[in-house]
Amino acid sequence: MSGIPSYASTGQRVWYYTFRVICGVIFFFLIAPIVVVMPLSFNAQDFFTFTPEMLRLDPAGYSLKHYRDFFSSPDWQQALGNSVTIAPVATLLSVGFGTLAAIGLSQPHVPFRRAIMAILISPMIVPLIISAAGMYFFYSRLGLQGSYWGVVLAHAALGIPFVIITVTATLVGFDHSLTRAAANMGADPVTTFRRVQMPLILPGVISGALFAFITSFDEVVVVLFVGSASQKTLPWQMFLGLREQISPTILAVATILVVISIALLTTVELLRRRSEKLRGMSPQ
Amino acid sequence: MADAASNDGFVVFDRVQKSYDGVNLVVKDLNLSIAQGEFLTMLGPSGSGKTTCLMMLAGFETATHGDIRLDGRPINNIPPHKRGIGMVFQNYALFPHMTVAENLAFPLEVRKLGKSEREAKVKRALEMVQMGEFGGRRPAQLSGGQQQRIALARALVFEPELVLMDEPLGALDKQLREHMQFEITRLAHELGITTVYVTHDQTEALTMSDNVAVFDDGRIQQLAPPAQLYEKPENSFVAQFIGENNTLEGVVTELNGDTCVVRLDDGEELDATPVNVSKVGERTKVSIRPERVEFNKDRLHADAHLLKAEVMEFIYMGDVFRTRLRVAGNDEFIIKSRNAPDQVRLEPGSQIEIGWLPQDCRALDA
Repeated sequence: MSGIPSYASTGQRVWYYTFRVICGVIFFFLIAPIVVVMPLSFNAQDFFTFTPEMLRLDPAGYSLKHYRDFFSSPDWQQALGNSVTIAPVATLLSVGFGTLAAIGLSQPHVPFRRAIMAILISPMIVPLIISAAGMYFFYSRLGLQGSYWGVVLAHAALGIPFVIITVTATLVGFDHSLTRAAANMGADPVTTFRRVQMPLILPGVISGALFAFITSFDEVVVVLFVGSASQKTLPWQMFLGLREQISPTILAVATILVVISIALLTTVELLRRRSEKLRGMSPQ
Repeated sequence: MADAASNDGFVVFDRVQKSYDGVNLVVKDLNLSIAQGEFLTMLGPSGSGKTTCLMMLAGFETATHGDIRLDGRPINNIPPHKRGIGMVFQNYALFPHMTVAENLAFPLEVRKLGKSEREAKVKRALEMVQMGEFGGRRPAQLSGGQQQRIALARALVFEPELVLMDEPLGALDKQLREHMQFEITRLAHELGITTVYVTHDQTEALTMSDNVAVFDDGRIQQLAPPAQLYEKPENSFVAQFIGENNTLEGVVTELNGDTCVVRLDDGEELDATPVNVSKVGERTKVSIRPERVEFNKDRLHADAHLLKAEVMEFIYMGDVFRTRLRVAGNDEFIIKSRNAPDQVRLEPGSQIEIGWLPQDCRALDA
């Protein structure tokens, strides 16, 4: 084995293989439930189990009926519609406020930066059910409970920490003499931000936006508290589907969501690589 | 140097003070007047306040007290982007996400110049720094020296009347640095721009500048053309900071007009020019340049005071000989002599007598 040096003791050899087995098991536990869902979503029967036909890889055991069901059912379509109208708006708010907060908090002269940062990050740390209950009572007082904007604002608050963290990380490598140079060449602060700072922190902003989007798109607890039946999102509908009628349509939706998530995370990873390349390029 | 600040300079610092914490002054009572077209260098050790002065001029720091004027108008309340001053940054600060040409076009775009005019100016600026081929490259694809040239071109492309340079050559190797020193002075003079250059490298300051302001402790210690700065330092700090210098300490015993006699701590006497000494009995540090020390008695006045010296070390440096002597208890007294056919090579251990012309030896503050 090329990974083990020839001088390794027996104990080290045993550990070398044990370590790999442990890693494999962890990956299996993480991925297996998600992977199992995918073939099941093509089940020709209305069951959550692999039928003998499916196990024989007989084409008759597979069908797209659950996908058709998803796209034709008014319940699911309403949920999809809600999700795609709530998530992008919540994401926009998260990105706007989160980016501004990250830029502000990266200025060394801001008082109580750490405390402010901790408060803004807290929705990520506080148990979701507590945030949700708090938002429920707070939004009820404001009359936002059960409204579209209530859900959007709640989801924006959940997404902001991701944006702050990713943008702050990009700003760490940002050379502030670039903004000085831009100002010196006659660019006002807005132009400087638009032409110099934004393009360089854009990868961080986009990563944050994707995390915020996925947070809103996958979120079920807060929307159950803050929303009403007319804000029923995809995860909410899935939750209902599980409780009331166990239909493999959920599996089809889950598969679609997993594919969307994978696509988004791939984008994040590609952007991260690009950002690293750009940052390596900045002259020091 | 209070009298140097007049109102007719192109750039004027008028009793400027700067404090970051409200307690310690980083810049103390700065008065400085820079003429149009002048190449002025601010030279000083780190922490002397020179960079702070440059930042105040660029608008990135505000003066705590006093006025800064550009072409007659006060600029204290003008934000950096409205000052129209070009600047070359220490780390070049080229925009990594733009090509070289886009970097150069940036100041022209924010000034709303038309596309064809922009392109013509960018092309001219690139040719000026002999980088005409590199417009399409990204800064990361250029060497340090090339980035430096681009930074210079970018500071000049919008034709500012004043250009600031903050240790622009610090990151380059020695050969490239010398070449760029020459290029920068040539460009500055050809274009007739006023340049304020900050450096801690005294060679750079001496070779490039019309005037050098030596900073220490938040004040200008001396403002003078390079030759005067080197040959006629006005205080001990400048004498020590610029070039190599020998220092001997003593007391003034005679003061007659433009010469004085100083008795060293071991009782020996020497001739000097009084600079910052005003009365007999005052303590002083006398400063003498290594190349002005003479050990050939024929070249000195018959009545000149001579000092006894012991040769400690002889170093052959090619074009010059560098000899270390012990003079009046000071082991680090250096003399330099040109490697000429008739030059004497002093043997370590031998006893000699040294002297100098009174005008080469300056009695400064103790």
